[in-house]
Amino acid sequence: MLTDKIAFVTGATRGIGRAIALQLGNQGATVIGTATSTEGADKISAYLAEAGLSGKGIVLEVCDAEQLNNTLSTIAKEFGAITILVNNAGITRDNLTMRMSDDEWDAVIDTNLKAVFRLSRGVMRGMMKARFGRIVNITSVVGYSGNAGQANYCAAKAGVAGMSRSLARELGSRNITVNCVAPGFIATDMTHALDDKQKEAMLASIPLGRAGTPEDIAGAVSFLVSPAAAYVTGTTVHVNGGMFMD
Amino acid sequence: MDNIVERVKKIVAEQLGVNEADIKNESSFVDDLGADSLDTVELVMALEEEFECEIPDEQAEKITTVQQAVDHILANKK
Repeated sequence: MLTDKIAFVTGATRGIGRAIALQLGNQGATVIGTATSTEGADKISAYLAEAGLSGKGIVLEVCDAEQLNNTLSTIAKEFGAITILVNNAGITRDNLTMRMSDDEWDAVIDTNLKAVFRLSRGVMRGMMKARFGRIVNITSVVGYSGNAGQANYCAAKAGVAGMSRSLARELGSRNITVNCVAPGFIATDMTHALDDKQKEAMLASIPLGRAGTPEDIAGAVSFLVSPAAAYVTGTTVHVNGGMFMD
Repeated sequence: MDNIVERVKKIVAEQLGVNEADIKNESSFVDDLGADSLDTVELVMALEEEFECEIPDEQAEKITTVQQAVDHILANKK
C-alpha cells in the first residue's frame, strides 16, 4: 500500500515511534527512523532488519538545524524524496509553572514544537514536487485538556495542532495532508515515570478501562498516511480510550 | 544575457508546467502563466538554486515577470 514511499519517523527507538515505524514498514514503506544516539539508531536498523523491512535508523538531534538539513539532503540522495513525515520525537520537563525554569520551558518548546516546524519545512518541497505528502504530528490529549505540571508540554502540543491546521491550508492544493494524532494515556517509558497512584487515577478516567498501547497510536497513523485517508486533513485523531472527548 | 533569459524561461516552464514557447519576457507568472502563491515561492527557490544567489523576500515579491527575474539576476550577478 505504501510501496515506494519513503517514511521519516522521528524518535523511533522505542515506544510509539517504534510501533509507527514497524507498521509503516509492514505496509511497504521504506522507513527512516531517527534516534538521538548511535545505539538508538542501531536498534532501529536492527528491528527493521529483523522484521524484514527496508529502511534504517539514523542519528538526528532534531533541535540541531544544521544537522537536520544535512540529514534531509543525504536521505534525499540515498533514498529519494520523503513523502511521509511522522513527527513523533518528544521530551518532557515537567514542573509546576511556579517552579518551571526558562530552560525547562525552552527545551520542550524547541524539541516538541520548533523541530516539528523545521522538519515539516524541510520535507515540504519534495512533497510539493511529488504532488503527494502525508505529515502526521503526534500531539497529546493534554494539549487539549491541559495538565498541571506540564504547561510547557501542553503549550507545545497545542501549538503543533495549530501549526498543523495552517500547514494543511498552505499545502492542500499540492495533495499534501497534515494531521495530528493525539494519544491519551499510553503505556510507554514516558508514562512509566508516573507513580502507581497517578496511574490508578488515570485508568479510572478512561471509559475503555485500560492504557493504550503504542500499536493503538500506530494504527491511527497508518490510517492517516493511507489512501483511505486521502480526504482527511487539518484534523486531530484522538486515540485515548475516551478519556477526553472533543 | 540571452543565456540567462533562456535559463529563467526553462525554470519557469518546469516549475509552472507550461510550454517554454508560451513564455514571453513580459509574461506575468500569476496573471499569464497561472501560478499560485506556492508556485511563486517554489519558483524563487528554484531561481536561487540555478543562479546560486539569495533573493530576499522583499525583493522576491517584486519579481512577477520573466523580465523582472532576469533583471534581478543581472543586477546581482557577482
